[in-house]
Amino acid sequence: MRESIRRIQALMYKEFCQIVRDKSTVLIGIVLPLVLITLVASGMSLDVTDVPIAVVLEDSSPLARDAVSFLEGSAYFEPRYVTSMQEAEQLMSAQQADGIVCIPSDFSSRVARGNARLQVILNGVNTTTATTVRGYLTAGLQGWMQSYGQRTGVSGTAGSISVVGRQWFNDANSSTYLFVPGLIVIVMTLVGVFLTALVMAREWERGTLESLFVTPMRPMELLISKLVPYFLVASAGFVLCVLLAVFGYQLPFHGSCLALAICSAEYIIVSVCLGLTISSIVKKQFLACQLALFVSLLPTVMFSGFVFDLHSVPAAIRVVGHLLPATYYMEFVKTIFLAGNNWFLLARNGTILAAYALFFLALSLRLAQKRLS
Amino acid sequence: MKEFYRRLQAIGAMLQKEFLATLKDPASRVVLIVPCILQGFLFGYAATYNLAEVPYALYDESKSIYSRSFVAHLEGSGIFQRVQTLSGSAEMAPPIDSGQVMAVVRISRDFADRISRGETGTVQLITDGRNPMTSGLAQNYVSSIAASYSQELSGRTPLLTIQTRTWYNPNEITQWMFLPSLIPLLAITQVLLLSGLSVARERENGTFDQLLVTPLHPLEILIGKAVPPVCIGLVQATLMLLLSLFWFQIPFSGSVLLLYTFILLFLVSCVGIGLTVSALSSTMQQVMVYNFACMMPMILLSGFATPVRNMPVWLQYVTYVNPFRFAIDAIRHIYLEGAPFSAIAFDAVPLLMVACITMPLAGWMFRHKLA
Repeated sequence: MRESIRRIQALMYKEFCQIVRDKSTVLIGIVLPLVLITLVASGMSLDVTDVPIAVVLEDSSPLARDAVSFLEGSAYFEPRYVTSMQEAEQLMSAQQADGIVCIPSDFSSRVARGNARLQVILNGVNTTTATTVRGYLTAGLQGWMQSYGQRTGVSGTAGSISVVGRQWFNDANSSTYLFVPGLIVIVMTLVGVFLTALVMAREWERGTLESLFVTPMRPMELLISKLVPYFLVASAGFVLCVLLAVFGYQLPFHGSCLALAICSAEYIIVSVCLGLTISSIVKKQFLACQLALFVSLLPTVMFSGFVFDLHSVPAAIRVVGHLLPATYYMEFVKTIFLAGNNWFLLARNGTILAAYALFFLALSLRLAQKRLS
Repeated sequence: MKEFYRRLQAIGAMLQKEFLATLKDPASRVVLIVPCILQGFLFGYAATYNLAEVPYALYDESKSIYSRSFVAHLEGSGIFQRVQTLSGSAEMAPPIDSGQVMAVVRISRDFADRISRGETGTVQLITDGRNPMTSGLAQNYVSSIAASYSQELSGRTPLLTIQTRTWYNPNEITQWMFLPSLIPLLAITQVLLLSGLSVARERENGTFDQLLVTPLHPLEILIGKAVPPVCIGLVQATLMLLLSLFWFQIPFSGSVLLLYTFILLFLVSCVGIGLTVSALSSTMQQVMVYNFACMMPMILLSGFATPVRNMPVWLQYVTYVNPFRFAIDAIRHIYLEGAPFSAIAFDAVPLLMVACITMPLAGWMFRHKLA
């Protein structure tokens, strides 16, 4: 037993020396996560602000101007008034307008008769913006219609329905809140899988791992001495990311720190073990790097509910998503940051992650063993 | 003339060697093709911001003809699927908290009375803000249902009819935006790395010094190192293009020649960056790590997932050195909008700049690294 601890210590010491000397570990484990959090927290947003809208006033009466007056002073839009459709189309193709609101010349006379028409055109090249802008524009125009109807008493007799929307867990309606906790998951995947796979593949490629096999080192000891240092690097990256997000970018944190720490430790074990598994399967740096990208990073970005909601994807993709440990960690992190302690969800996802951690530990242990015999 | 012919021969030999070195390993060949197709399919099916299914809980306090009819309108299209019917306001929080439903629709007690009195009845919609994109879409959707139902109640032609049209993507399908952007995305994940690794591998094996003492001019070495990754990138881009054209059937409305011009420009600038990175590093591992450290910010700052316009101004200036941003912009506009060269010419400038700076730099560093 004492011998075993001594061997683990020696190998861990070697591993730490290597980490400290190798700039790339620090770069991937510490610097890159911080850069990514900074970029995402300050730059990535799906919120629509200051969208340039070309307003075609074929009818320049005060009534027509009143109908689109909601565009002025709104944080969402930046109207530009033109007089012909042609001009508006030019603005659109020069990317100086993302949408066109066209008020036809017979607008005021038809409003008087009670059946006016109005055209909204959007540029679908940037589809996400188009969808959101369409919603805001129609809501604005319908709002005008209702208030006009009430002012003039046109639609005073029939009842109508209004929808009062409330978004829980994200009062500021900011997509940054969605992206930053998600990015923490991405970073954990990245540091765990990519870094470990790369470093271990290098040992395979250079043959230094095989020379370890002839020492009295047991597979379990080998696994522990590889796992612990990278686990610590990933944890350091994780703690820094969380601190930066909460204190630097005021991301709300409503849950329990202990629960977050436990579940994150589980997920880091999963990703470090996955990295070890990948490298002992392919044993080449280039392949390990590519495999790590395509097995861990890409699915985590795509299928874990980071940007694309799993409710909206086809059923087959949803099944794939629910096979990934990252999906459960993603749900966990989002909930604990934005919604707080929902113990049912936290316990369920924590248990699933623990099962994954055990599975991947066993798998990497088995792969280390196979090589020895 | 004879000298020129000899030079061409030398470049030919160099190219042959480079292609062999890249493609001789079967595993590497697989890695160059399979992820490309896989990524195309995955993005094609998963990358969606469209609303497909919203599991929701209903809390109907009104229990009237009006409220039932409103719910029928809401559920009519199949997007809103009721998974729970609540009977008290205390029951509203748990299903949202645990993620069982994405929205709760609450119809107030006086809903029917107000409508029959000719006033406005309110529907409260609570959505799960952990996913703002979907919850925003759900709100838009419920509002439009409410508007059309109000219209039906009033029973006469609307005061204002809003006709909306979305050009170039009439149904606002998110995949139409993402798939064309995948054409350059693969180049960034693989071509960048391939070009970097080819030099680093030779450095690690010590064969790069041998290459430098051959009669090959540094420019010829540069060509030899740059052409294979560009060719591989072109093949991958073509695969992606075919996939979006024939599998996902996204109509292509631009000029193929213009599209390939931009792809080529982008590939050259990628290879330039890759070679520069490899000139700065001495091992393959460093190349991979540095490449990766370049790649992630390049993707984030490109407008691939979120529009560049939404970034703070200082960050928008940073994106000017990112060739990926301009490649995506140009390719999306060519593909969907059929933009002529004049409309996207400004995208070509940063691409050219990056290529013109990194390529000579890499060539110069081949020799000066050794000193």
